[in-house]
Amino acid sequence: MIPLSYLLMLSAILFTIGVLGVLFKRNTIVIFMSIELMLNSANLSFVAFSRYLGNLNGQVYVFFVMVVAAAEVAIGLAIIVNMYKNFKSISADRANLLKW
Amino acid sequence: MKYVWLIVFFPFLGFLINGFFGRHFKREVVATIAACAIGLAFVCGIYTLFDLLKLPPHSRVVEVVYFDWIKAGKLSIPAGFLIDPLTMVMVLVVSGVSFLIHIYAGEYMEEDPGYVRFFVYLNLFVSMMLTLVMANNFLLMFVGWEGVGLCSYLLIGFWFEKDSASNAGKKAFIVNRVGDFGFLVGMFIIFSAFHTLNFREVFEKAPEMFTVGSTTITLATLCLFLGATGKSAQIPLYVWLPDAMEGPTPVSALIHAATMVTAGVYMMARCSVLYALAPFSLGVAGTIGALTAVFAASMALVQVDMKRVLAYSTISQIGYMVLGCGVGAFAAGIFHLMTHAFFKALLFLGAGSVSHALAGELDIRKMGGLYKKLPITHITFLSATLAISGIIPFAGFFSKDEILFETFIGHHYILYLLGIVGALMTAFYMFRLYFIAFHGESRVDPEVEKHIHEPSWRMALPLCVLGILSLIGGWIQLPFFHNLKILGGFLEPVFHHAHEIGGMEHGTEVGMWLEGALMALSLVVALMGICIAYNFYIKNPELPKRLAEKFVGLYTLLFNKYYIDELYQKIVVRPLYNLSLGLSYVVDQHIIDAAVNGTGKGMVYGSSLLRRVNTGYVQFYGLIMFIGAVVVLLVNIF
Repeated sequence: MIPLSYLLMLSAILFTIGVLGVLFKRNTIVIFMSIELMLNSANLSFVAFSRYLGNLNGQVYVFFVMVVAAAEVAIGLAIIVNMYKNFKSISADRANLLKW
Repeated sequence: MKYVWLIVFFPFLGFLINGFFGRHFKREVVATIAACAIGLAFVCGIYTLFDLLKLPPHSRVVEVVYFDWIKAGKLSIPAGFLIDPLTMVMVLVVSGVSFLIHIYAGEYMEEDPGYVRFFVYLNLFVSMMLTLVMANNFLLMFVGWEGVGLCSYLLIGFWFEKDSASNAGKKAFIVNRVGDFGFLVGMFIIFSAFHTLNFREVFEKAPEMFTVGSTTITLATLCLFLGATGKSAQIPLYVWLPDAMEGPTPVSALIHAATMVTAGVYMMARCSVLYALAPFSLGVAGTIGALTAVFAASMALVQVDMKRVLAYSTISQIGYMVLGCGVGAFAAGIFHLMTHAFFKALLFLGAGSVSHALAGELDIRKMGGLYKKLPITHITFLSATLAISGIIPFAGFFSKDEILFETFIGHHYILYLLGIVGALMTAFYMFRLYFIAFHGESRVDPEVEKHIHEPSWRMALPLCVLGILSLIGGWIQLPFFHNLKILGGFLEPVFHHAHEIGGMEHGTEVGMWLEGALMALSLVVALMGICIAYNFYIKNPELPKRLAEKFVGLYTLLFNKYYIDELYQKIVVRPLYNLSLGLSYVVDQHIIDAAVNGTGKGMVYGSSLLRRVNTGYVQFYGLIMFIGAVVVLLVNIF
């Protein structure tokens, strides 16, 4: 059996990659994928703890997160499509109108 | 006597009604409301007088307190009215003369676009003046004092589109500030000495707490006298009154001749106990009064504007009243105040009637021979002229003579001499005015002459009533016989404290022959003035011109009013103006404004730095959020 700490470490590494992706990638689709990565790293922690504690609550939460992620994808992709319509680009740098 | 508040209330009600709804009414309605308001006040005044007369003479002081006005620590000022003979005389004179002038103004102002405004101000004025004379403490009196000052300012500047009128209004207001400063300081001194501002308490405590000639009282009375010089146009603060003639003529008659300008005299009479305790202040007042009487009369000698001559004569006549108070003859001062209200109001109304007939002309060089065209105006004007000149049996004779008599037997011989000289000049300049305007050849513009007409009854009635009062007004205080001094007897309870303190029981030990001789002397002097005027302006109309050429220096000096206005301009107005200019430039623009603007500029600069944080890059915001979250976590962990 794989120790809990390994799983948590993997989860942390995935999460960090996700954060860095969100913060530093320019392509909004990649940013979007990074967000999914962060969500899934959280799922991994949930499942790991669920196994470790012998409690199914964590696995139930994972389903909720997946549902939320699916809804998010629907909205997020719609936003990206609209953004492409307006800017002819999906670079996050182009969406910089919220400034002085 | 709880109802006395109605006396003040009715004019104020008129002010409110006309002020809020006047512009929806017809002009006749406005004038009727205004006049009725004053008439009702007058009726209330008469009723109060009869109520007061029911009491025995020495308990004729009724104080009606309505409510606690100001209460803070040791300071407690109940607002109320003090009804005594002095108040009654003032109330009746003010409301009576105002009533007549309201009737007169109803026609005189007919063509004016500011008709409603005029009556609104006028009613407010009367209610303030009545507050002034009925107040039971110094502070309420001060409210009335300032209120009439405000109305005076508004009415002098009534035709504010004219620069000269609005400037005259400002001048009157500012010059009066100097006097009001004195009044305030006097009031403070009195409060610190007596811990009350109530008239009765102050006047009862004063003789017990202070001896004759005490510094506190002298200082307080001198300060109050400064207030009186401002309001009553005495040297050195008289300069505003001649300019005040820019206002409509009924205003000049009511405010700047009959009522408001006598407020200073009333105030001195009201404080007679304090003045009796301060002989020095009395001396100052007497001297100033006598000097003003002569000084102003000399300026009236050569003026050519009818209303200005009357303005200087007002200053001079108030000088007599102040002289009367100054020699301790307060009753005589009030007597002259009353008769003066009659004949001076009449003179102004007569002048108004003349200018009404002559399409607004007030230059006496462009009049002449008017007695045929304006018989009613002429006869009433003559009555007032005789009264002011002091010809027996007209009102002014008795009152002026009483002041001069009291001055003489008080051993103030120099002041008496000044008074006599003033009387001579008064008779001269008044008859000069009368002869030039009403006699001789007509110098009226032929175009205007065609339209000369007597005014209708609304203007003629007040003239006639005042004309009769100018004749008989003096008969309530006849010389020689003590039981015929009705006014003096009526006022005696008010002034007997002052007389006791000053030991000024006049008139008893003096022989009748002295009184008769002095009377004859002032009569002779007045007749002399008239004869000179007759010689100058009827018999030898060339004589004045030759004299003016011969004494050209003196003439120019008089004609330019001793250059006092220019002098004040140089030594008071200019330096103050420059000082305020400097203050506005240095302090206001470079210190206060700079601080305010600096705050704003600092904000703009600071924000221009801070706004660079708002890059608009979503990821930058995300980064900041992430760092924030990490910091919060770290803080929570450690």
